[in-house]
Amino acid sequence: MTADRRDGLADLFGIPVPPTDDELAVLHSRLAARAAASGLLDVAYRTLDSPLGTLLLAATSAGLVRVAYEREGLDAVLESLAARVSPRILKAPSRLDDAARQLDEYFAGRRHRFDLPLDLSLSAGFRRTVLAYLPGIGYGQTASYQAVAAAVDHPGAARAVGTACATNPLPLVIPCHRVVRSDGDVGAYLGGPEIKRRLLNLEAAA
Amino acid sequence: MVMAKQPFEEVVSRHGPTVLRVCRAVLGTVDADDAWSDTFLSALEAYPRLPADANVEAWLVTIAHRKAIDAIRRSGRQPIPVTELPPHLEGVEARYRDLDLARSLAALPEKQRFAVAYHYLVGLPYREVAAIVGGTAEAARRAASDGVANLRRTQGISQ
Repeated sequence: MTADRRDGLADLFGIPVPPTDDELAVLHSRLAARAAASGLLDVAYRTLDSPLGTLLLAATSAGLVRVAYEREGLDAVLESLAARVSPRILKAPSRLDDAARQLDEYFAGRRHRFDLPLDLSLSAGFRRTVLAYLPGIGYGQTASYQAVAAAVDHPGAARAVGTACATNPLPLVIPCHRVVRSDGDVGAYLGGPEIKRRLLNLEAAA
Repeated sequence: MVMAKQPFEEVVSRHGPTVLRVCRAVLGTVDADDAWSDTFLSALEAYPRLPADANVEAWLVTIAHRKAIDAIRRSGRQPIPVTELPPHLEGVEARYRDLDLARSLAALPEKQRFAVAYHYLVGLPYREVAAIVGGTAEAARRAASDGVANLRRTQGISQ
């Protein structure tokens, strides 16, 4: 197909010029609403401007399924959701209203625990066991990888706990940032160690 | 190698504008919005079953074509030309370069209108236009060429 042919016809016969972004935005939000009402919106997502940069939030009808940092590559995250959950993905902010509001409150220091339905389908086996344990580490507290391993009855599995944290599909909401090295170093974090330090400082200050 | 399927959002943002132009060309501005949203809702439903190497644009135009036929049959009339638009569509009217020309397109016989829109507006080759509207590629070529000739005549464009 050639652009010449399109523009040539537009010039010759006055075919309507391309629709504006505003017109398309209205149509898009109507589509998202109809898709959700028809049960066809398998994954809804939005972005959220936060003190830690842009975050991507995604939810299935079961609950929040993914929180991603910009450095993970937002396009890559969406492609991975398409492959692992469903390609029926639309930008549809309303399903994420609650999650966005609670995250805003968390960053402002006003929220100490999240109260959201979660969809843990991106995590399985031992990793999922670890993630299920993490919300038990309270706001402002930390636990070592070893201590978490022992708490889930796998005392030798500190390294596997590290992997579970590194692949946490719901950072912030499932507080893997509260798991640190026993030598006092904050350790690795999927948002980067600097962000982990800032989160621990935020929680220590409140 | 299995090709990963794009998130549907990517399909909407890449092809949404073309599908809307097609809907406006074959249905007129008033009914185009509903046809656009019907098209993408059906596409969303079927998307997981679409082969990864499919021509997404041709697939969408095929669905849009069916929705347009449905809308035309339902209303039992030709597309509404852009002479009298409801107030919320006045911006659209202003962006038609020439209202007479747009009216001429709406007045074309169905077959010619479809062929002109899918070949010239979307850029599909006649083989694919024929797959969508039925008939042979040659018939699609003739319909598009008759359509263009009709438009030239009604517009008094000599060429």
